[in-house]
Parts: sequence; C-alpha cells; structure tokens
Amino acid sequence: MDNVIRRRTPGARMLRTGLYVLLMVMALVYLLPLVVMLLTSLKPLEEIRAGGLLSLPDSLTFSAWLKAWGSACTGTRCEGLSGYFMNSVSIVVPAVAISTLMGALNGYALTKWRFRGANLCFALLLFGCFIPFQVVLMPMAQTLGWLGLASSTSGLVLVHVVYGIAFTTLFFRNYYVSIPDEMISAAKLDGAGFFRVFWRILLPISGPIITVSVIWQFTQIWNDFLFGVAFAGFGSQPVTVALNNLVNTSTGVKEYNVDMAGALIAALPTLVVYVVAGKYFVRGLTAGSVKG
Amino acid sequence: MKTIHALAAGALLATVAGQAQAAEIEVLHWWTSGGEAKAASMLKQKLEAKGHTWKDFAVAGGGGDSAMTVLKSRAISGNPPAVAQIKGPLIQEWGEMGFLGNIDKIAEEENWNSFLTPQLAAYNKVDGHYAAVPVNIHRINWLWANPEVLEKAGVDGLPATWDEFFADAKKIREAGFIPLAHGGQPWQDATVFEVVMMGIGGGDFYRKAFVELDPEALTSETMVKSLKTFKKLRGTMDENIAGRDWNIATSMVINGKAAMQIMGDWAKGEFTAAGLTAGEDYLCEAAPMTEHMFSYNVDSFAMFKIDDEGKQQAQMDLASLILSKDFQSTFNKAKGSIPVRLDVPLDDFDACAKASRKAFDVASEGNGLVPSLAHGMAVSASVQGAVFDVITNFFNDPEMTAETAAKRLASAVRAAS
Amino acid sequence: MSQTDSPLPRSRAKAGRHSLSGSLERVLPRLVVAPSLAVALFFVYGYMLWTFILSLTDSGMLPQYDFIGFAQYTRLFANERWNVAATNLVVFGGLFIILCLFLGLVLAILLDQRIRQEGALRTIYLYPMALSLIVTGVVWRWILNPGLGIQSLVRSWGFEDFTFDWLVNPDMAIYALVIAAVWQASGFVMALFLAGLRSIDDSLFKAAALDGASLPKVYWRIVIPCLRPVVFSAVMILAHIAIKSFDLVMALTGGGPGYATDLPATFMYTYTFTRGEIGLGSASAIMMLCGVLAILVPYLYSELRGNKHG
Repeated sequence: MDNVIRRRTPGARMLRTGLYVLLMVMALVYLLPLVVMLLTSLKPLEEIRAGGLLSLPDSLTFSAWLKAWGSACTGTRCEGLSGYFMNSVSIVVPAVAISTLMGALNGYALTKWRFRGANLCFALLLFGCFIPFQVVLMPMAQTLGWLGLASSTSGLVLVHVVYGIAFTTLFFRNYYVSIPDEMISAAKLDGAGFFRVFWRILLPISGPIITVSVIWQFTQIWNDFLFGVAFAGFGSQPVTVALNNLVNTSTGVKEYNVDMAGALIAALPTLVVYVVAGKYFVRGLTAGSVKG
Repeated sequence: MKTIHALAAGALLATVAGQAQAAEIEVLHWWTSGGEAKAASMLKQKLEAKGHTWKDFAVAGGGGDSAMTVLKSRAISGNPPAVAQIKGPLIQEWGEMGFLGNIDKIAEEENWNSFLTPQLAAYNKVDGHYAAVPVNIHRINWLWANPEVLEKAGVDGLPATWDEFFADAKKIREAGFIPLAHGGQPWQDATVFEVVMMGIGGGDFYRKAFVELDPEALTSETMVKSLKTFKKLRGTMDENIAGRDWNIATSMVINGKAAMQIMGDWAKGEFTAAGLTAGEDYLCEAAPMTEHMFSYNVDSFAMFKIDDEGKQQAQMDLASLILSKDFQSTFNKAKGSIPVRLDVPLDDFDACAKASRKAFDVASEGNGLVPSLAHGMAVSASVQGAVFDVITNFFNDPEMTAETAAKRLASAVRAAS
Repeated sequence: MSQTDSPLPRSRAKAGRHSLSGSLERVLPRLVVAPSLAVALFFVYGYMLWTFILSLTDSGMLPQYDFIGFAQYTRLFANERWNVAATNLVVFGGLFIILCLFLGLVLAILLDQRIRQEGALRTIYLYPMALSLIVTGVVWRWILNPGLGIQSLVRSWGFEDFTFDWLVNPDMAIYALVIAAVWQASGFVMALFLAGLRSIDDSLFKAAALDGASLPKVYWRIVIPCLRPVVFSAVMILAHIAIKSFDLVMALTGGGPGYATDLPATFMYTYTFTRGEIGLGSASAIMMLCGVLAILVPYLYSELRGNKHG
C-alpha cells in the first residue's frame, strides 16, 4: 500500500505534509472535549463563570480534584467518589471474566464443532446485542426479585453477564471462524477431547480477541449507569451512580470544576485501558474478527 | 438465685427490647447538592441519635425523575426502601397499589392535624390514614429581581400586571439588559405558563383547568389569552434559552445581565450562596397579578409497608423528627421554603420567607391556594407530561397560534387521562 | 475456506459413534452453548414477549394485566411526539452511520500510510469510545451552545456574523446530536477499517502498480470492494448504537428544544417511567425492536447464508 505514496517526488512530499496536517487537525478536533474538561477541572469557579471554554486557567487549582475524590457530596455522604471505585471493580471484574469465558466457549463450540443448528444458535444469541436496556429494566427487576438477588452485587454481575454474552460470542465466533480447521482436526486425531483442544490449541492463540472482548466489556460495564442504579445493593453502588449524583443535582450551586474532575476520575480506568491496550485492540480486530 | 435469674431475665428482655427499637432503614431521596444534602444529613444525624441507622440511597437527576424510576424497579423486585421521597398525587398512586404503610399512630400522638393545613395534609393520606409526612412548602409564583438593573433601566418597583411588565421590559431592553431570564426546559416553560395563567384566570379558573382538567376551561378565552401573553414573554428573553438550567438563569439575574426571573423560592438558595440579602440585594414579589395566589410545591417522605417492628418504629421516629419544630426551622431556612408546620415562628427567616408565609395565610383564606401542575402537585405524571409537551412546543414554535395550542391542550389531556 | 460437517476421518467417526466418549463429544458442544442459549431465550426473548404482552394492556405506573387489544398502538401512532421521535431516528441514524463510515474510512486510509505517530493518533481517535456520554455530555452542551462554545469563540476571533446555534434551534438540534455521536463512534469504525485495510493482500497492490494504476483508481477498484465485509460489520455496530441512543440525547438536549430531538429510546423511557404509562411505553419498545429486526434479519440472512467461513 505504502509504495504508492512513498515515491520520493516533490509532489508526494507535499502530499505527505498535507496528510500530517490533516491528521493533526482531526486529532485536535477529537481532543477538544477532553481538553475542555481538563481545563475546566483546573479552574476555580469564578473563572469558569466569567471566562471562555478554552481559556487557560489564571490560577491553577487542584482543589476540584481533591474535592471530587474525597469530599464532594453524593447524598448525605460527602466522601467524594473514592469509596465507589472498589464497588465498580467488584462488579466489573467478575462480569468481564465470566462473559469473556462464556463467549470464548460459545465461539469455539459454534465454529469448531459444527452441529446442526449452530448458525441458528448464533443468530439467536446475537439478538441480545440489540435490546435497549430501558426495555429490560422492569422485567429484570422482577426476575431478580424472584431469584432473591435484588439489590446485590451478584445480581448486577448476572445482569451484565447476561447482556454481555451476545457481544463476546460475536467477537470470539468471528475470530475462531477464520482459524484453519486443520489445527483442530490434527489434535482430534491425536485423541484430544473438547476441552483439551480448547485449552491447548485455541486459547494460546486467542490473545488478541480476548483483549478486544475484555476492552469492550470493561468499557460497557464500567460506564453503565442504568443497571447500576437500579440493581446495586446499598453500599455497593458503582462509581457512575456517585458521578450522576455529583453532576446532575437538580438544585443548588453547580460546581462545574468538581463535576469535570469527578467525570475525569470516573473515566480514568477506561481511558487508561484504551491508551495502553489500544494497539492490541486493533491487532485483535485485524486477526480476523473484522471480516464479518 | 431467683433474684439473679429474674435480673438476668430482665436484662435480657431489656436488651432485646432495646434492639427491637434500633433498626436500619433505607431512605431514597434526590437531595444531593450542597444545601439540601446538608439538611438531609442533619436529619440523618438526628435519626441516628435515636439509635437507628439511616442507609442513604440518593439518586440525582430530573428533579426526582431517576429516583422514581429506581423506586419502581425496587418495588417490582419486591424490596422497596423503607422511606422514599414522593410528592403530591403520586403518593395516592403508590398507596392505592398497596405499597404504603400507616403512620397514624405518630400522627395522633403528636396531633399533626392541629398544625398542618388540611389541603396539604390530604396529599399525605391514603384512605384517610397518614402514609407520608410533608416536609416543606415552596411557593412557585415568585418574581425575582435585581434592583440595580431596574434602577439603571429607570423602572420603579416590580410590575403588578402584565401590561406593566411589558412596558418595564421595553425600558430594560433599551437600557441594554435582558428583561426576563429563563431556561428553556419543559418544566420551566410550564412553570412560567402556569404562573401567567393563574394570574389572568384566578384561583377558580386554575383549578378548573389544571386540576379538574375541564375541557371547556382548557379551550376558553381565558386560556387563549394566557397562552398569548405567555408567548409574548418570549420577546422579553434572550436567544439562548434552550436547555439552560434554572440556576444559570438565576445567575444571570445575580450578575446583573438580566433584570427578573419567574421561579419558585428555591431560587433563594442561589442568591444566598452569592452572599446577597433578601429585600436589599435582590427583590422578591408575587409574579404579576398573582398577589393573592399561592401556588405550592410540597416535598414529602412516604413510608412503605414493612413488617419489621423495629423498622416501623424507625419510620415513625423519622416522621416525628421531620415535623419537629427544630428540624422544620433549620431545614427550611437552608432550602428556601417555609415550614409546612404552621406553628413554627419565622423570626429568623429572611424577608421573602416571611412574605411567603403571609401570602400563604391570605391565599388559604381566600381561594388562592393552588397546587402547581408544573411541579407534580396537581395531576398525574402522564397528564403533566402531555401538558408539558404542548406548552413547550407552543413556546418554541413561532407559527403555532394560541387557539391551536388551547385545542391541543384539551385533546392531549384527554388522551393522557 | 470451507468446513465440512464432519471434521473426523471416516474410520475415526465410525469408532466415535460407538464409544461413550464419542457421543459425549457430540453432545458437549451443544451442552456448552446451551446455558447461553437458555439465558438468551429467557432474558432476551422472554422479556421481549413480556413487553409485547404489556403493550396489549392498560398498564399505568406499574404492570397491570387488563388487556385492551392493540389500543396502545393506535394511541402510539396518533402521538405526535412518537412521530417526531421515529422521524428523528431515521434522520439521525442515517446521518450518523454515513458520516461515521466516511470519517472512519478516511481516517483509516490516512493512518494506513505508515505514519510515524500512528499509535498516538490512533489512540486519540479511539478514546472517545471509552468515555460515557454522561461524562462528556455537559462538555458537548457547552461546546455547541451559541453563547458559550464555538459560536462565541469564532465571534471572538472577529467573525461577528458567524452563527452556530444548531443546539438551540428546533429544526437543527438533531444535527447537533449527530456531531457528538460521530465524535464518539467514528474512532471505532476507523479501527475496524484500519484492520480491514491491513489485511488486504499486498500482492493485489503490486499487481495494480505493475499495471500503472493511479492512486484513486487503486482505491476505487481494489480497496473499497475488499472492505465490503468490514462495512457490514461497521453498519451493524453503528445501527445498534443509533437505536440504543439514550445517554446522548439526555445529556445533550434532554429531548429538547421542546421535544425536537426525541428518539424512540428516550420516548420509551419517558412514557414508561417518568409518565407512568407502561402500556404505551411498551408499545413503543416493540416498535423499536421491530425496527431492529428489519435491519438485523436481512443482514444475518446474507451473512450466514453466503459464507461458511464467516
């Protein structure tokens, strides 16, 4: 691909500079909201009221960050967002682990052990991606009540696993489908069973798609608000609930700097995941899941 | 030996009885911001001083919207919180479905009927039994103003009629200020509209149209006139009203960019937070033509049906604390409303609160005490939503005539009830 | 690449049919998929059925099972707000998908040119997907607000007549929504296209270069046709985001001005929860799901019929 553009003619050089300029401009546009959030979180309130969006802070203050972390009011508790982080972690980790594992097994079973109706199963599972969560809220509340899991972390984990399986199955199925069958049949010939083939052969090369699945699920579940506020137990509410209480107060003075700092703090884990694991994300997609 | 056994038995009984009294109750509310959160935590401390535990369940957003959604899903899953902040006719709806408990015991003990207005107490009763406890009384039909801006524009005092208002607005515009600060959200549009309507139509008309939902009232000349006046108000606002939060509009008045705002008395909190004094740095008057009217918004805490005796006791204790003179005084001072308990003296409240109490007395004696539709006190949520849709669309559509809007109002209300 | 139905050579298959481990192996895949299928049947299809049943009732604040036939659907189609919401979905969804595809493709092609800072740039285009709109909603509201954001910024640079008041204009507000939505999702589409571009066989390009084909022709004739499957995947994901768009609307406009930017997801939430009209809300949810089916079924049909290798 690149040999077409890389010819060292002056025309190509100009094209290349133009390319960089375009990419930089686009990058600035994409960064705009993040920059505004960052700047606002570092300004004192008077400056925010008076000044423009992109103006640099006259007096750099980190007090908003400290307040958002440790002392902002989210109800009668005024302890900031810190306490809710562990809650989010205890919901996200099991949910991501379980849904990824089940997705992997499903993808494996559907593609490497073709049974009649495998495609139909896949199609049926896939529909779960599309159901809007608001539709699911009430029946799920009733179901969790029956199961005795209402207002508990396990209930919330169940909900996220249930609605994550569709996506993880999609990712793994599309990935495994493009892995040559010969690898599997060779192993079967040697007497390997269902799980051994999975463990010994597929899992070691599943790194990229596991990363895609984990990143996707982590983002979806960490950022979820609706299920978190409706189904979490007292004392185990995720950080999005606390953030909502911080940002969406109906009355009272809105401390925009604290709001922005809080939003950035709540988003930090997902941002870190995307920055660090971003390249594995693309690599995972390249390795076959993309071809539809 | 016998005495020791008796003593031991007595001690055991005492501890068991003591433990039966101390319970944990979950309280759902949406008071998450500065002043209100402090007031709520004050309540929490008092409750815990009685030995109970308050499990805080705060859900901000939409003026209670998200909290109500969560409440519904909790109720469906079979474990509603012990106490929830519900107001107005919604309390009746929950009660009719059998979710609410009965706190008549504490109501009789403390003789609530002696210091609560019957009209307001009725909201908190289901089948004649108290199931909820009111906390405060907000007045909606206030006009807030920045006296400096008025002075610079050459306006003397606040307008008492809409004609005066538009005349004043012209002067204010010419002086370079925005006459009316407003936030273009459906509930704010509806608030301003109902204030205009109650002024032009009076208490009886308001009740007919917005409580009884009489189609004749909804399509009457008075309604059309109110709609026309309401639309004309748009010319006194600035261009960027869409989506603006109410407190940003208030800050426009505080900063001297705008002259006036029509808003309930929680706006006081903003003025106080900016260090301003009522009557001197900011003015409060009844909105034009509504001097004898009091449009109210009352927050309540509803008690859910619970089998556990300890929790029932905690609910009663909470109710008693909410209506205690001490809490009524402190809380309402922080929130900007007036105590729902009428025998609490307002000596150390600000001038606007005192004016509010006076207006309340006047309005209750006349027929000017009306529930606010825009704040969920008059009709069911679905009718309220339908009205919001029509009003806000009418306000934002330059082409829609008042007559069309009135007809739409009647048909929307009919479709939603 | 095709897969046969029986991966085992004949002799082995014969043996398998008679041994316990053989029959276990045949059952095991189904056993493994069964829990997920059961979960989907209950939590997805079961709930959809329950929602459909509710749409035939007169439920108000909480579910009540007094059946009134299809009256709620009649009410729904006569509801002006629903018509606005449905139209908005078509406009918003269409624009959103087209713009994301275009922007994603352009960015992917540009990034594919062996740029030195590819990693950093890719992260910058991709990160919006990590943030929830509750987090970025307020900021976008500021940026798009004429008094605070872009309009006032450009005016402060001297262009006094510049107007960008889409967010507060009932006719244009829906397009303002598209801007924020495209910002959030286009990076992901770019990642999809980048992966797709990278997996195009180099030999195709060498052949084209040998034939002396110009750059645009190379793209037109080779790249774009090879990317068709990627476009399909991207369209599916974008369509699901468009249909589920709730946080976006609530954070940016709350459905306003008036209800000019209402979408079916927010309509359903408002009527079901805020206004306590579960019957009507359920009817709107079923209509939403019908819309999803209308897109998904043809795609699945072509995807799972036309290729055995995926």
